[in-house]
Amino acid sequence: MSERTISGRVWVLVDANGRLIEDIDTDQIFHNAHLHITDPAEMGPHSLGNLDGWKDFPKRCAAGDIIVAGRNFGAGSSRQQAVDCFIALGLAAIVAPSYSAIYFRNAVNTGFPVLRARNLETLVAAGSLVSGDRIECGIETGAARIVGREARLDLEPMSPVQLEIFRAGSLFAYGAGPG
Amino acid sequence: MGRTVIEKILQAHSRDDVAAGRIVWIDLDIRSARDFGGPNVVKNYEREYGAAAPADVRRTFFTFDLCAPACTLKYADNQQACRDFARKHSIEVFDVDRGIGTHVLMEDGLAKPGSTVVGTDSHMNILGAVGCFGQGMGDVDIAFAFKTGRTWFEVPETVKVVLKGRPAAGTDAKDLTLFLCRELGTKKIALAAAEFFGEAVQSLDFPGRITLCSMITEMAGIIGFIPDGATAADPDALYADIVELDVSGLGPQVAAPPSPNTVSDLGEVSGVRIDSGFLGSCTNGRTEDLARAAAVLRGRKVRKGVMLKVVPATRRVYEEILRSGVLAELFESGAIVLNPGCGGCAEGHAGLTGKGEVEISTGNRNFPGKQGKGPVYLASPEVVAASCVRGEIGGPEGL
Repeated sequence: MSERTISGRVWVLVDANGRLIEDIDTDQIFHNAHLHITDPAEMGPHSLGNLDGWKDFPKRCAAGDIIVAGRNFGAGSSRQQAVDCFIALGLAAIVAPSYSAIYFRNAVNTGFPVLRARNLETLVAAGSLVSGDRIECGIETGAARIVGREARLDLEPMSPVQLEIFRAGSLFAYGAGPG
Repeated sequence: MGRTVIEKILQAHSRDDVAAGRIVWIDLDIRSARDFGGPNVVKNYEREYGAAAPADVRRTFFTFDLCAPACTLKYADNQQACRDFARKHSIEVFDVDRGIGTHVLMEDGLAKPGSTVVGTDSHMNILGAVGCFGQGMGDVDIAFAFKTGRTWFEVPETVKVVLKGRPAAGTDAKDLTLFLCRELGTKKIALAAAEFFGEAVQSLDFPGRITLCSMITEMAGIIGFIPDGATAADPDALYADIVELDVSGLGPQVAAPPSPNTVSDLGEVSGVRIDSGFLGSCTNGRTEDLARAAAVLRGRKVRKGVMLKVVPATRRVYEEILRSGVLAELFESGAIVLNPGCGGCAEGHAGLTGKGEVEISTGNRNFPGKQGKGPVYLASPEVVAASCVRGEIGGPEGL
């Protein structure tokens, strides 16, 4: 993986009808029954543990995979574990049309790539992006493609601060910014 | 180009040029952590910064409100870990006696109009009620804020929401707020700030403004403001959208499970049998809220077999209802009055709902599993009180 491109195999979080799931909240990502866990290594097995149809996700995914989800991903509480559980699984990124504000910040600040793509609903509805596809995301330019397919992924590049924190590794390593 | 309320507040705290869509660095007037999130803030802080002092301990606080006093070992340990850190650095703790952190910050004048405040509470944006930029954040963010006094923020767009007309008599701020949850859903002000206009909101008192601003999170918004003299947008400010809604003659509203956005008129759910009621939360835990419920309960009894749980927002509210006689009225009706805090939302001291237990609550969230296993309806203090007398969902009229 080059510094400018994130690539991997995708898991498209769809419901029983094949539709991209919207408003996935932090209790579906990492249920409050597991909040006592503070060691990141133990968080992975609980990822998506309360999301219908995806409870066995930790067993199916592999390090380097990418999650594709519907709008307003990470709604609800401010819990950091809902990000840390995916880091524990070694996932490469999440791609969604939008995130809850707190979830997005929590991911950016730990250096985990959360990417925004505007046309995911259209791609998934058209069958142009399915689980198992490989995508390549240019995080600086927004240039992105689905390997072996015509359809384009309309990716937003990372903002400058997101890119800088990502490169530094975390907000702590990045420091208090310019000025 | 003129600025919206949020752009003005952020500009006053930033050396960057603030405009919607830009990412700017802002200075934080107050940074805080609760008993949940707080222990991880301490852990992150000590791992990254060791024994180094926070940027300014006079602007740094802990607020314990989730489990007060602690009723599980886990919370007791977490609170003590925060106290130990606070003592080491001379940080003030609003401990388990004080009540809901956001309310304490407003009561003590720490969250001021035009100021910037962050904490580990996803309802921190309730501070919009006093014209303050409040924002909930995770434990990495808050540890960083403790140490540096700063944070980065993507300036949101602003949606102007104009309410026309006046709700019917007997309708309160919660009914208006639930109506907005119904109309705005989670899309119309998503990731945006909202500014509310119209007589129906301008006439709200302080507790009413708190009720409205406390549920912007449930509408997926960043924060809501009710502009007035001190905090108003420039006349030529740019809005991303303008939403006009007619509230003429609006009656009591109730949110049915499974979300705060599945709202209907009271009449549509009247008659649903209930097992319990809850009065309180950061949405409806002020003296005025409890007094309106007490007025409904005066001379009446909570129906046998129904539990009415009451949690004042803060110790100051507790004192006010104690001295004004509201507490006695609640007690005489059969209500259970507990000590201040977030009980009813957090898994704390106010009890949880068991499987099949139907509750009607003045809280702000009724997502599955949030307040226990039972289905939860959200309503105003008057409707919760009346429902507890009836043993089924209904309003005060005709009691």
